[in-house]
Amino acid sequence: MPKYMLIMRATDETWAAFADVDFETVMNEMGKFNHEMIQAGVLVAAEGLEDAADTVVVDYSSEPPLVTDGPYGETKELFGGFWILDVASKEEAVEWAKRAPLAGPGSKTEIRKVTQIDDFPQDNEWIQKERAWREATGQL
Amino acid sequence: MARGDRPALSEQDAARRAVEAVWRIESARIVGALTRYTRDFELAEDVAQEALAEALVSWPRDGTPRDPAAWLVATARRRAIDAYRRRARRDERYAELAHGLAEGEATSGLGTVPAEGVVAGQAGSDPALADPDRIDDDVLALMFVSCHPVLSREARVALTLRVVGGLTSDEIARAFLVPVATVQARITRAKKTIAAARVPFEVPDGADRAARLASVRSVLYVIFTEGSSATSGDSWIRHDLAHEAVRLTRVLSRLAPEPETFGLLALLELTAARFPARVGTQGRPVLLEDQDRRRWDRAAIIRGRAALRGAVGPAGMGVYALQASIAECHAMAPSVPRTDWERIVLLYEALGRTAPSPVVDLNRAVAVAMARGPEAGLRVVDGLVDQGVLAGSHLLPGVRGELLARLGRTAAARAEYLRAADLCGNAAERSVLEAKASSLP
Repeated sequence: MPKYMLIMRATDETWAAFADVDFETVMNEMGKFNHEMIQAGVLVAAEGLEDAADTVVVDYSSEPPLVTDGPYGETKELFGGFWILDVASKEEAVEWAKRAPLAGPGSKTEIRKVTQIDDFPQDNEWIQKERAWREATGQL
Repeated sequence: MARGDRPALSEQDAARRAVEAVWRIESARIVGALTRYTRDFELAEDVAQEALAEALVSWPRDGTPRDPAAWLVATARRRAIDAYRRRARRDERYAELAHGLAEGEATSGLGTVPAEGVVAGQAGSDPALADPDRIDDDVLALMFVSCHPVLSREARVALTLRVVGGLTSDEIARAFLVPVATVQARITRAKKTIAAARVPFEVPDGADRAARLASVRSVLYVIFTEGSSATSGDSWIRHDLAHEAVRLTRVLSRLAPEPETFGLLALLELTAARFPARVGTQGRPVLLEDQDRRRWDRAAIIRGRAALRGAVGPAGMGVYALQASIAECHAMAPSVPRTDWERIVLLYEALGRTAPSPVVDLNRAVAVAMARGPEAGLRVVDGLVDQGVLAGSHLLPGVRGELLARLGRTAAARAEYLRAADLCGNAAERSVLEAKASSLP
Protein backbone atom coordinates (compact mmCIF):
# COMPACT_ATOMS: atom_id res chain seq x y z
CA MET A 1 0.00 0.00 0.00
CA PRO A 2 1.45 3.39 -0.89
CA LYS A 3 2.39 5.67 1.95
CA TYR A 4 1.81 9.39 1.88
CA MET A 5 3.31 12.08 4.07
CA LEU A 6 1.05 14.92 5.08
CA ILE A 7 3.29 17.89 5.87
CA MET A 8 1.86 20.79 7.85
CA ARG A 9 2.96 24.18 6.55
CA ALA A 10 2.29 27.46 8.29
CA THR A 11 3.22 31.11 8.06
CA ASP A 12 3.84 33.61 10.87
CA GLU A 13 0.27 34.66 10.41
CA THR A 14 -0.89 31.08 10.98
CA TRP A 15 1.16 30.77 14.15
CA ALA A 16 -0.15 34.10 15.41
CA ALA A 17 -3.73 32.97 14.83
CA PHE A 18 -3.07 29.66 16.57
CA ALA A 19 -1.51 31.45 19.56
CA ASP A 20 -4.93 32.94 20.30
CA VAL A 21 -6.60 29.54 20.49
CA ASP A 22 -6.74 27.76 23.84
CA PHE A 23 -4.02 25.07 23.89
CA GLU A 24 -6.35 22.46 25.30
CA THR A 25 -8.77 23.05 22.43
CA VAL A 26 -5.96 22.57 19.92
CA MET A 27 -4.85 19.39 21.69
CA ASN A 28 -8.38 18.00 21.79
CA GLU A 29 -9.08 18.78 18.15
CA MET A 30 -5.79 17.32 17.01
CA GLY A 31 -6.23 14.34 19.31
CA LYS A 32 -9.65 13.66 17.82
CA PHE A 33 -8.29 13.86 14.30
CA ASN A 34 -5.42 11.49 15.10
CA HIS A 35 -7.81 9.13 16.87
CA GLU A 36 -10.01 8.96 13.78
CA MET A 37 -7.07 7.98 11.60
CA ILE A 38 -5.97 5.37 14.14
CA GLN A 39 -9.48 3.92 14.30
CA ALA A 40 -9.57 3.81 10.52
CA GLY A 41 -6.32 1.85 10.47
CA VAL A 42 -4.43 4.31 8.30
CA LEU A 43 -2.03 6.17 10.61
CA VAL A 44 1.53 4.86 10.48
CA ALA A 45 3.56 7.65 12.08
CA ALA A 46 3.31 11.28 13.12
CA GLU A 47 5.53 13.92 14.70
CA GLY A 48 5.11 17.59 15.45
CA LEU A 49 7.86 20.18 15.37
CA GLU A 50 8.58 22.72 18.07
CA ASP A 51 8.34 26.45 17.69
CA ALA A 52 10.43 27.77 14.81
CA ALA A 53 12.19 30.34 17.00
CA ASP A 54 15.12 27.99 17.64
CA THR A 55 15.50 27.04 14.00
CA VAL A 56 18.95 26.97 12.45
CA VAL A 57 19.29 27.04 8.67
CA VAL A 58 22.26 25.65 6.76
CA ASP A 59 22.34 27.17 3.28
CA TYR A 60 24.35 25.28 0.63
CA SER A 61 24.24 28.05 -1.95
CA SER A 62 27.67 29.14 -0.85
CA GLU A 63 30.86 27.17 -0.17
CA PRO A 64 31.30 26.53 2.71
CA PRO A 65 27.60 26.46 3.60
CA LEU A 66 26.21 29.46 5.39
CA VAL A 67 24.70 28.85 8.82
CA THR A 68 22.05 31.26 10.06
CA ASP A 69 19.95 31.37 13.22
CA GLY A 70 16.25 31.91 13.57
CA PRO A 71 13.31 31.42 11.27
CA TYR A 72 13.89 31.28 7.57
CA GLY A 73 13.86 35.01 6.90
CA GLU A 74 12.94 35.15 3.25
CA THR A 75 10.95 31.94 3.34
CA LYS A 76 7.48 32.61 4.59
CA GLU A 77 6.35 29.05 5.21
CA LEU A 78 7.58 26.77 7.98
CA PHE A 79 6.96 23.06 8.46
CA GLY A 80 5.00 22.32 11.59
CA GLY A 81 4.97 18.55 11.60
CA PHE A 82 3.87 15.51 9.63
CA TRP A 83 1.73 12.41 9.47
CA ILE A 84 2.47 9.28 7.46
CA LEU A 85 -0.62 7.47 6.23
CA ASP A 86 -1.06 4.01 4.79
CA VAL A 87 -3.88 4.56 2.30
CA ALA A 88 -5.02 3.13 -1.02
CA SER A 89 -4.78 6.32 -3.07
CA LYS A 90 -3.60 9.92 -3.20
CA GLU A 91 -7.25 11.00 -3.15
CA GLU A 92 -7.70 9.27 0.19
CA ALA A 93 -4.63 11.04 1.61
CA VAL A 94 -6.12 14.32 0.40
CA GLU A 95 -9.44 13.51 2.04
CA TRP A 96 -7.74 12.91 5.37
CA ALA A 97 -5.72 16.11 5.01
CA LYS A 98 -8.92 18.05 4.47
CA ARG A 99 -10.13 16.88 7.86
CA ALA A 100 -7.09 18.10 9.81
CA PRO A 101 -8.05 20.79 12.34
CA LEU A 102 -5.71 23.34 10.83
CA ALA A 103 -8.11 26.01 9.61
CA GLY A 104 -6.38 29.38 9.68
CA PRO A 105 -4.77 32.08 7.56
CA GLY A 106 -1.89 30.77 5.43
CA SER A 107 -2.24 27.28 6.91
CA LYS A 108 -1.53 24.48 4.44
CA THR A 109 -0.85 20.77 4.26
CA GLU A 110 1.35 19.33 1.56
CA ILE A 111 0.79 15.72 0.46
CA ARG A 112 3.78 13.78 -0.79
CA LYS A 113 4.18 10.14 -1.69
CA VAL A 114 6.83 8.39 0.40
CA THR A 115 9.55 6.59 -1.57
CA GLN A 116 9.53 2.81 -1.43
CA ILE A 117 12.32 0.33 -1.20
CA ASP A 118 12.10 -0.45 -4.92
CA ASP A 119 12.86 3.17 -5.78
CA PHE A 120 16.53 2.55 -4.88
CA PRO A 121 19.09 0.14 -6.29
CA GLN A 122 19.47 -2.58 -3.67
CA ASP A 123 23.01 -3.45 -4.76
CA ASN A 124 24.28 -0.05 -3.65
CA GLU A 125 26.65 -0.52 -0.71
CA TRP A 126 25.30 2.42 1.26
CA ILE A 127 21.68 1.44 0.74
CA GLN A 128 22.62 -1.96 2.14
CA LYS A 129 24.37 -0.43 5.14
CA GLU A 130 21.44 1.77 5.90
CA ARG A 131 19.09 -1.16 5.59
CA ALA A 132 21.17 -3.20 8.02
CA TRP A 133 21.02 -0.31 10.49
CA ARG A 134 17.25 -0.03 10.07
CA GLU A 135 16.89 -3.72 10.72
CA ALA A 136 19.15 -3.67 13.75
CA THR A 137 17.50 -0.67 15.37
CA GLY A 138 13.92 -1.11 14.26
CA GLN A 139 13.77 2.21 12.44
CA LEU A 140 10.99 2.70 9.96
CA MET B 1 -12.45 12.22 -29.35
CA ALA B 2 -11.69 15.92 -29.69
CA ARG B 3 -8.55 17.10 -28.05
CA GLY B 4 -10.37 19.76 -26.05
CA ASP B 5 -12.47 17.05 -24.36
CA ARG B 6 -9.58 15.65 -22.46
CA PRO B 7 -9.20 18.09 -19.57
CA ALA B 8 -12.93 17.95 -18.87
CA LEU B 9 -12.86 14.17 -18.82
CA SER B 10 -9.91 13.95 -16.51
CA GLU B 11 -11.48 16.57 -14.25
CA GLN B 12 -14.58 14.45 -14.01
CA ASP B 13 -12.45 11.41 -13.35
CA ALA B 14 -10.64 13.29 -10.58
CA ALA B 15 -13.95 14.30 -9.05
CA ARG B 16 -15.19 10.72 -9.16
CA ARG B 17 -12.02 9.50 -7.48
CA ALA B 18 -12.45 12.15 -4.80
CA VAL B 19 -16.00 10.96 -4.12
CA GLU B 20 -14.78 7.37 -3.91
CA ALA B 21 -12.02 8.39 -1.49
CA VAL B 22 -14.58 10.04 0.78
CA TRP B 23 -16.68 6.91 0.55
CA ARG B 24 -13.76 4.66 1.50
CA ILE B 25 -13.27 6.71 4.64
CA GLU B 26 -16.91 7.26 5.54
CA SER B 27 -18.99 4.32 4.35
CA ALA B 28 -18.80 2.26 7.55
CA ARG B 29 -19.69 5.20 9.76
CA ILE B 30 -22.46 6.32 7.43
CA VAL B 31 -24.09 2.92 6.98
CA GLY B 32 -23.63 2.29 10.71
CA ALA B 33 -25.29 5.55 11.71
CA LEU B 34 -28.09 5.01 9.21
CA THR B 35 -28.73 1.46 10.40
CA ARG B 36 -28.97 2.64 13.99
CA TYR B 37 -31.28 5.42 12.86
CA THR B 38 -33.62 3.33 10.71
CA ARG B 39 -33.17 -0.01 12.52
CA ASP B 40 -33.19 -1.51 9.03
CA PHE B 41 -29.83 -2.60 7.66
CA GLU B 42 -31.18 -3.35 4.20
CA LEU B 43 -32.80 0.06 3.86
CA ALA B 44 -29.74 1.79 5.34
CA GLU B 45 -27.41 0.18 2.84
CA ASP B 46 -29.78 0.95 -0.04
CA VAL B 47 -30.16 4.62 0.81
CA ALA B 48 -26.44 4.98 1.50
CA GLN B 49 -25.73 3.65 -1.98
CA GLU B 50 -28.32 6.02 -3.40
CA ALA B 51 -26.61 8.91 -1.64
CA LEU B 52 -23.28 7.79 -3.06
CA ALA B 53 -24.77 7.63 -6.56
CA GLU B 54 -26.18 11.11 -6.08
CA ALA B 55 -22.79 12.39 -4.89
CA LEU B 56 -21.12 10.93 -7.98
CA VAL B 57 -23.44 13.06 -10.10
CA SER B 58 -23.73 16.26 -8.10
CA TRP B 59 -20.27 16.76 -6.56
CA PRO B 60 -18.42 16.90 -9.86
CA ARG B 61 -21.11 19.32 -11.07
CA ASP B 62 -21.65 21.54 -8.01
CA GLY B 63 -18.41 21.04 -6.12
CA THR B 64 -17.68 18.89 -3.07
CA PRO B 65 -19.78 19.96 -0.07
CA ARG B 66 -18.05 21.48 2.93
CA ASP B 67 -18.79 18.44 5.03
CA PRO B 68 -19.02 15.43 2.70
CA ALA B 69 -19.96 12.93 5.40
CA ALA B 70 -22.79 15.09 6.70
CA TRP B 71 -24.02 15.63 3.15
CA LEU B 72 -24.08 11.88 2.50
CA VAL B 73 -25.87 11.13 5.76
CA ALA B 74 -28.40 13.91 5.16
CA THR B 75 -29.08 12.77 1.61
CA ALA B 76 -29.38 9.12 2.61
CA ARG B 77 -31.68 10.04 5.47
CA ARG B 78 -34.00 11.96 3.16
CA ARG B 79 -34.15 8.91 0.93
CA ALA B 80 -34.98 6.76 3.97
CA ILE B 81 -37.81 9.09 4.95
CA ASP B 82 -39.10 8.99 1.37
CA ALA B 83 -39.01 5.21 1.44
CA TYR B 84 -40.94 5.11 4.70
CA ARG B 85 -43.50 7.55 3.35
CA ARG B 86 -43.99 5.38 0.29
CA ARG B 87 -44.46 2.34 2.49
CA ALA B 88 -46.71 4.34 4.82
CA ARG B 89 -49.22 4.68 2.03
CA ARG B 90 -49.43 0.91 1.93
CA ASP B 91 -48.90 0.10 5.58
CA GLU B 92 -49.93 2.12 8.61
CA ARG B 93 -47.05 0.93 10.76
CA TYR B 94 -44.66 2.91 8.60
CA ALA B 95 -46.64 6.12 8.93
CA GLU B 96 -45.51 6.47 12.52
CA LEU B 97 -41.91 5.62 11.68
CA ALA B 98 -41.84 8.17 8.88
CA HIS B 99 -43.29 10.71 11.22
CA GLY B 100 -40.71 9.86 13.89
CA LEU B 101 -37.84 10.16 11.46
CA ALA B 102 -39.05 13.51 10.23
CA GLU B 103 -39.45 14.68 13.85
CA GLY B 104 -35.89 13.72 14.62
CA GLU B 105 -34.84 15.69 11.63
CA ALA B 106 -36.60 18.79 12.90
CA THR B 107 -35.49 18.67 16.52
CA SER B 108 -31.85 17.62 16.25
CA GLY B 109 -30.92 19.03 12.91
CA LEU B 110 -30.46 15.49 11.61
CA GLY B 111 -31.20 15.26 7.95
CA THR B 112 -30.55 18.87 7.17
CA VAL B 113 -27.74 19.95 4.95
CA PRO B 114 -25.14 21.49 7.24
CA ALA B 115 -25.46 25.24 7.58
CA GLU B 116 -22.88 27.64 6.26
CA GLY B 117 -20.30 28.40 8.86
CA VAL B 118 -19.61 24.76 9.61
CA VAL B 119 -15.83 24.54 9.70
CA ALA B 120 -14.67 23.43 6.28
CA GLY B 121 -13.87 19.78 6.06
CA GLN B 122 -14.46 19.09 9.73
CA ALA B 123 -15.78 15.59 10.14
CA GLY B 124 -18.38 14.98 12.77
CA SER B 125 -20.41 18.14 12.43
CA ASP B 126 -23.43 15.96 11.76
CA PRO B 127 -24.75 14.94 15.18
CA ALA B 128 -25.01 11.31 14.05
CA LEU B 129 -21.26 11.28 13.38
CA ALA B 130 -20.22 13.35 16.39
CA ASP B 131 -19.91 10.78 19.18
CA PRO B 132 -16.76 8.67 18.68
CA ASP B 133 -17.90 5.90 21.06
CA ARG B 134 -21.21 5.62 19.30
CA ILE B 135 -19.47 5.45 15.92
CA ASP B 136 -17.14 2.74 17.18
CA ASP B 137 -20.12 0.68 18.36
CA ASP B 138 -21.88 1.21 15.04
CA VAL B 139 -18.87 0.16 12.98
CA LEU B 140 -18.33 -2.92 15.14
CA ALA B 141 -22.03 -3.82 14.90
CA LEU B 142 -21.76 -3.39 11.15
CA MET B 143 -18.84 -5.83 11.04
CA PHE B 144 -20.86 -8.33 13.07
CA VAL B 145 -23.86 -8.03 10.75
CA SER B 146 -21.76 -8.29 7.58
CA CYS B 147 -19.99 -11.40 8.89
CA HIS B 148 -23.09 -13.04 10.37
CA PRO B 149 -23.11 -16.85 10.28
CA VAL B 150 -26.48 -16.93 8.45
CA LEU B 151 -24.63 -15.71 5.36
CA SER B 152 -22.55 -17.76 2.96
CA ARG B 153 -18.81 -17.14 2.95
CA GLU B 154 -18.96 -15.33 -0.38
CA ALA B 155 -21.77 -13.12 0.88
CA ARG B 156 -19.88 -12.24 4.07
CA VAL B 157 -16.81 -11.27 2.08
CA ALA B 158 -18.74 -9.14 -0.43
CA LEU B 159 -20.84 -7.43 2.21
CA THR B 160 -17.85 -6.67 4.45
CA LEU B 161 -15.86 -5.16 1.61
CA ARG B 162 -18.83 -3.13 0.46
CA VAL B 163 -20.27 -1.75 3.71
CA VAL B 164 -17.26 -1.77 6.02
CA GLY B 165 -14.48 -1.30 3.48
CA GLY B 166 -16.37 1.09 1.22
CA LEU B 167 -15.45 -0.73 -2.00
CA THR B 168 -17.78 -0.47 -4.96
CA SER B 169 -19.39 -3.59 -6.46
CA ASP B 170 -17.18 -2.99 -9.45
CA GLU B 171 -14.01 -3.04 -7.36
CA ILE B 172 -15.12 -6.19 -5.54
CA ALA B 173 -15.94 -7.87 -8.85
CA ARG B 174 -12.53 -7.05 -10.27
CA ALA B 175 -10.80 -8.31 -7.13
CA PHE B 176 -12.61 -11.65 -7.23
CA LEU B 177 -12.66 -12.05 -11.02
CA VAL B 178 -16.44 -12.39 -11.13
CA PRO B 179 -19.02 -10.34 -13.05
CA VAL B 180 -20.31 -7.17 -11.36
CA ALA B 181 -23.85 -8.54 -11.57
CA THR B 182 -22.76 -11.54 -9.50
CA VAL B 183 -21.42 -9.30 -6.73
CA GLN B 184 -24.57 -7.17 -6.79
CA ALA B 185 -26.76 -10.25 -6.62
CA ARG B 186 -24.70 -11.63 -3.71
CA ILE B 187 -25.07 -8.38 -1.79
CA THR B 188 -28.79 -8.04 -2.47
CA ARG B 189 -29.38 -11.62 -1.41
CA ALA B 190 -27.23 -11.17 1.70
CA LYS B 191 -29.24 -8.15 2.79
CA LYS B 192 -32.48 -10.06 2.26
CA THR B 193 -31.14 -12.97 4.29
CA ILE B 194 -30.20 -10.66 7.15
CA ALA B 195 -33.66 -9.09 7.08
CA ALA B 196 -35.37 -12.49 6.89
CA ALA B 197 -33.32 -13.86 9.79
CA ARG B 198 -34.07 -10.69 11.77
CA VAL B 199 -30.40 -10.22 12.63
CA PRO B 200 -30.28 -7.39 15.17
CA PHE B 201 -27.93 -4.46 14.67
CA GLU B 202 -25.98 -4.75 17.89
CA VAL B 203 -22.75 -5.80 19.52
CA PRO B 204 -23.60 -9.09 21.28
CA ASP B 205 -22.31 -10.08 24.74
CA GLY B 206 -20.58 -13.08 26.21
CA ALA B 207 -20.11 -16.31 24.31
CA ASP B 208 -22.07 -14.98 21.35
CA ARG B 209 -19.68 -12.06 21.07
CA ALA B 210 -16.66 -14.39 21.03
CA ALA B 211 -18.18 -16.59 18.33
CA ARG B 212 -19.19 -13.65 16.19
CA LEU B 213 -15.76 -12.04 16.56
CA ALA B 214 -14.23 -15.29 15.35
CA SER B 215 -16.50 -15.09 12.31
CA VAL B 216 -15.37 -11.52 11.58
CA ARG B 217 -11.73 -12.58 11.86
CA SER B 218 -12.18 -15.48 9.52
CA VAL B 219 -13.83 -13.24 6.90
CA LEU B 220 -10.92 -10.79 7.12
CA TYR B 221 -8.51 -13.69 6.82
CA VAL B 222 -10.32 -14.98 3.73
CA ILE B 223 -10.18 -11.52 2.13
CA PHE B 224 -6.47 -11.33 2.84
CA THR B 225 -5.65 -14.76 1.47
CA GLU B 226 -7.77 -14.10 -1.61
CA GLY B 227 -5.74 -10.93 -2.12
CA SER B 228 -2.38 -12.51 -1.43
CA SER B 229 -2.70 -15.71 -3.44
CA ALA B 230 -5.36 -16.03 -6.08
CA THR B 231 -6.97 -19.46 -6.07
CA SER B 232 -7.32 -19.32 -9.81
CA GLY B 233 -6.33 -17.20 -12.76
CA ASP B 234 -3.08 -15.49 -13.55
CA SER B 235 -3.02 -12.77 -10.97
CA TRP B 236 -0.58 -13.73 -8.25
CA ILE B 237 -1.09 -10.92 -5.78
CA ARG B 238 -3.89 -8.45 -5.59
CA HIS B 239 -2.26 -6.21 -3.06
CA ASP B 240 -5.13 -3.80 -2.75
CA LEU B 241 -7.43 -6.48 -1.45
CA ALA B 242 -4.87 -7.85 0.97
CA HIS B 243 -4.07 -4.37 2.25
CA GLU B 244 -7.73 -3.64 2.72
CA ALA B 245 -7.91 -6.76 4.89
CA VAL B 246 -4.96 -5.49 6.92
CA ARG B 247 -6.63 -2.11 7.37
CA LEU B 248 -9.94 -3.66 8.42
CA THR B 249 -8.11 -5.92 10.89
CA ARG B 250 -6.45 -2.84 12.37
CA VAL B 251 -9.91 -1.33 12.69
CA LEU B 252 -11.20 -4.48 14.43
CA SER B 253 -8.20 -4.57 16.76
CA ARG B 254 -9.09 -1.05 17.87
CA LEU B 255 -12.79 -1.73 18.28
CA ALA B 256 -12.47 -5.12 19.99
CA PRO B 257 -8.90 -5.48 21.25
CA GLU B 258 -8.67 -9.23 21.91
CA PRO B 259 -5.59 -11.44 21.78
CA GLU B 260 -6.63 -13.49 18.76
CA THR B 261 -7.48 -10.34 16.80
CA PHE B 262 -3.96 -9.10 17.51
CA GLY B 263 -2.77 -12.54 16.41
CA LEU B 264 -4.56 -12.12 13.10
CA LEU B 265 -3.24 -8.58 12.70
CA ALA B 266 0.30 -9.81 13.36
CA LEU B 267 -0.10 -12.62 10.84
CA LEU B 268 -1.39 -10.30 8.13
CA GLU B 269 1.23 -7.59 8.73
CA LEU B 270 4.06 -10.13 8.76
CA THR B 271 2.79 -11.87 5.63
CA ALA B 272 2.17 -8.60 3.77
CA ALA B 273 5.71 -7.54 4.71
CA ARG B 274 6.97 -10.10 2.20
CA PHE B 275 4.86 -8.87 -0.72
CA PRO B 276 7.55 -6.62 -2.23
CA ALA B 277 9.83 -9.66 -2.56
CA ARG B 278 7.26 -12.19 -3.70
CA VAL B 279 7.02 -11.32 -7.35
CA GLY B 280 10.02 -11.49 -9.62
CA THR B 281 10.54 -10.47 -13.22
CA GLN B 282 7.67 -11.26 -15.59
CA GLY B 283 5.35 -11.57 -12.62
CA ARG B 284 6.77 -14.95 -11.64
CA PRO B 285 6.29 -15.86 -7.97
CA VAL B 286 9.50 -15.97 -5.94
CA LEU B 287 9.61 -18.66 -3.24
CA LEU B 288 10.52 -17.79 0.32
CA GLU B 289 13.97 -19.38 0.00
CA ASP B 290 14.81 -17.26 -3.06
CA GLN B 291 13.38 -13.96 -1.84
CA ASP B 292 15.58 -10.93 -1.48
CA ARG B 293 14.92 -10.32 2.21
CA ARG B 294 16.12 -6.74 1.91
CA ARG B 295 12.89 -6.09 0.04
CA TRP B 296 10.74 -7.09 2.97
CA ASP B 297 8.83 -4.19 4.45
CA ARG B 298 10.58 -3.62 7.79
CA ALA B 299 7.91 -1.21 9.01
CA ALA B 300 5.25 -3.88 8.47
CA ILE B 301 7.44 -6.40 10.34
CA ILE B 302 7.77 -4.01 13.27
CA ARG B 303 3.99 -3.48 13.34
CA GLY B 304 3.42 -7.22 13.10
CA ARG B 305 5.76 -7.99 15.99
CA ALA B 306 4.16 -5.26 18.08
CA ALA B 307 0.74 -6.81 17.42
CA LEU B 308 2.10 -10.25 18.31
CA ARG B 309 3.01 -9.00 21.77
CA GLY B 310 -0.70 -8.52 22.42
CA ALA B 311 -1.66 -11.87 20.95
CA VAL B 312 -1.16 -14.15 23.96
CA GLY B 313 -4.43 -14.82 25.74
CA PRO B 314 -5.19 -16.60 29.02
CA ALA B 315 -5.17 -19.92 27.13
CA GLY B 316 -1.97 -19.12 25.25
CA MET B 317 -1.83 -18.45 21.56
CA GLY B 318 -4.66 -19.06 19.11
CA VAL B 319 -4.31 -20.30 15.55
CA TYR B 320 -3.61 -16.90 14.04
CA ALA B 321 -1.04 -16.01 16.69
CA LEU B 322 0.74 -19.34 16.17
CA GLN B 323 0.92 -18.75 12.43
CA ALA B 324 2.08 -15.20 13.09
CA SER B 325 4.84 -16.55 15.32
CA ILE B 326 5.99 -18.77 12.48
CA ALA B 327 5.94 -15.77 10.12
CA GLU B 328 7.94 -13.87 12.74
CA CYS B 329 10.63 -16.60 12.75
CA HIS B 330 11.03 -16.05 9.01
CA ALA B 331 10.89 -12.27 9.32
CA MET B 332 13.72 -12.24 11.85
CA ALA B 333 15.97 -14.75 10.06
CA PRO B 334 18.75 -13.38 7.86
CA SER B 335 18.47 -16.37 5.50
CA VAL B 336 16.76 -19.75 5.08
CA PRO B 337 19.58 -21.81 6.65
CA ARG B 338 19.90 -19.36 9.53
CA THR B 339 16.22 -19.70 10.44
CA ASP B 340 15.16 -21.14 13.78
CA TRP B 341 13.58 -24.25 12.18
CA GLU B 342 13.35 -26.17 15.46
CA ARG B 343 11.13 -23.43 16.86
CA ILE B 344 9.05 -23.52 13.68
CA VAL B 345 8.61 -27.31 14.09
CA LEU B 346 7.35 -26.73 17.65
CA LEU B 347 4.97 -24.00 16.48
CA TYR B 348 3.57 -26.26 13.73
CA GLU B 349 3.11 -29.04 16.29
CA ALA B 350 1.18 -26.62 18.51
CA LEU B 351 -0.84 -25.44 15.53
CA GLY B 352 -1.60 -29.04 14.53
CA ARG B 353 -2.95 -29.73 18.02
CA THR B 354 -5.03 -26.53 18.15
CA ALA B 355 -6.39 -26.78 14.63
CA PRO B 356 -5.58 -30.18 13.09
CA SER B 357 -5.13 -29.94 9.32
CA PRO B 358 -3.19 -31.91 6.71
CA VAL B 359 -1.77 -28.64 5.32
CA VAL B 360 -0.32 -27.84 8.73
CA ASP B 361 1.14 -31.36 8.87
CA LEU B 362 2.69 -30.85 5.47
CA ASN B 363 4.24 -27.55 6.54
CA ARG B 364 5.54 -29.28 9.65
CA ALA B 365 7.15 -31.86 7.36
CA VAL B 366 8.94 -29.06 5.50
CA ALA B 367 10.14 -27.55 8.77
CA VAL B 368 11.32 -30.97 9.97
CA ALA B 369 13.26 -31.35 6.72
CA MET B 370 14.88 -27.96 7.23
CA ALA B 371 15.73 -28.66 10.86
CA ARG B 372 16.81 -32.30 10.63
CA GLY B 373 17.36 -33.06 6.95
CA PRO B 374 15.25 -34.19 3.95
CA GLU B 375 15.09 -37.84 5.06
CA ALA B 376 13.32 -36.90 8.32
CA GLY B 377 10.96 -34.63 6.38
CA LEU B 378 10.18 -37.30 3.81
CA ARG B 379 9.17 -39.71 6.60
CA VAL B 380 6.52 -37.21 7.75
CA VAL B 381 5.32 -36.65 4.16
CA ASP B 382 5.07 -40.38 3.46
CA GLY B 383 3.07 -40.73 6.65
CA LEU B 384 0.58 -38.25 5.16
CA VAL B 385 0.52 -40.15 1.86
CA ASP B 386 -0.30 -43.34 3.79
CA GLN B 387 -3.16 -41.56 5.52
CA GLY B 388 -4.54 -40.62 2.09
CA VAL B 389 -4.88 -36.95 3.01
CA LEU B 390 -4.56 -34.07 0.53
CA ALA B 391 -5.33 -36.38 -2.38
CA GLY B 392 -5.97 -34.27 -5.48
CA SER B 393 -3.96 -31.32 -4.14
CA HIS B 394 -0.71 -30.22 -5.78
CA LEU B 395 0.81 -29.47 -2.38
CA LEU B 396 1.77 -33.01 -1.36
CA PRO B 397 3.56 -34.03 -4.60
CA GLY B 398 5.15 -30.55 -4.71
CA VAL B 399 6.80 -31.00 -1.32
CA ARG B 400 7.59 -34.65 -1.97
CA GLY B 401 9.33 -33.66 -5.21
CA GLU B 402 11.35 -31.05 -3.36
CA LEU B 403 12.56 -33.50 -0.71
CA LEU B 404 13.34 -36.24 -3.26
CA ALA B 405 15.36 -33.74 -5.29
CA ARG B 406 17.36 -32.83 -2.23
CA LEU B 407 18.04 -36.52 -1.61
CA GLY B 408 19.33 -36.81 -5.18
CA ARG B 409 16.47 -39.09 -6.32
CA THR B 410 15.93 -37.02 -9.46
CA ALA B 411 13.70 -39.35 -11.51
CA ALA B 412 11.20 -39.70 -8.67
CA ALA B 413 11.46 -35.97 -7.97
CA ARG B 414 10.66 -35.05 -11.58
CA ALA B 415 7.61 -37.32 -11.62
CA GLU B 416 6.31 -35.69 -8.41
CA TYR B 417 6.89 -32.14 -9.70
CA LEU B 418 5.01 -32.90 -12.91
CA ARG B 419 2.18 -34.51 -10.99
CA ALA B 420 1.99 -31.39 -8.82
CA ALA B 421 1.96 -29.10 -11.90
CA ASP B 422 -0.90 -31.17 -13.32
CA LEU B 423 -2.95 -30.66 -10.17
CA CYS B 424 -2.16 -26.97 -9.68
CA GLY B 425 -4.87 -24.42 -10.53
CA ASN B 426 -2.75 -21.28 -10.36
CA ALA B 427 -0.88 -20.55 -13.60
CA ALA B 428 2.00 -18.73 -11.90
CA GLU B 429 2.58 -21.51 -9.37
CA ARG B 430 2.27 -24.14 -12.09
CA SER B 431 5.03 -22.52 -14.10
CA VAL B 432 7.31 -22.64 -11.04
CA LEU B 433 6.65 -26.37 -10.63
CA GLU B 434 7.29 -27.03 -14.32
CA ALA B 435 10.52 -25.06 -14.15
CA LYS B 436 11.63 -27.15 -11.17
CA ALA B 437 10.94 -30.37 -13.04
CA SER B 438 12.91 -29.29 -16.09
CA SER B 439 15.85 -27.93 -14.11
CA LEU B 440 16.55 -31.32 -12.52
CA PRO B 441 19.74 -32.96 -13.84
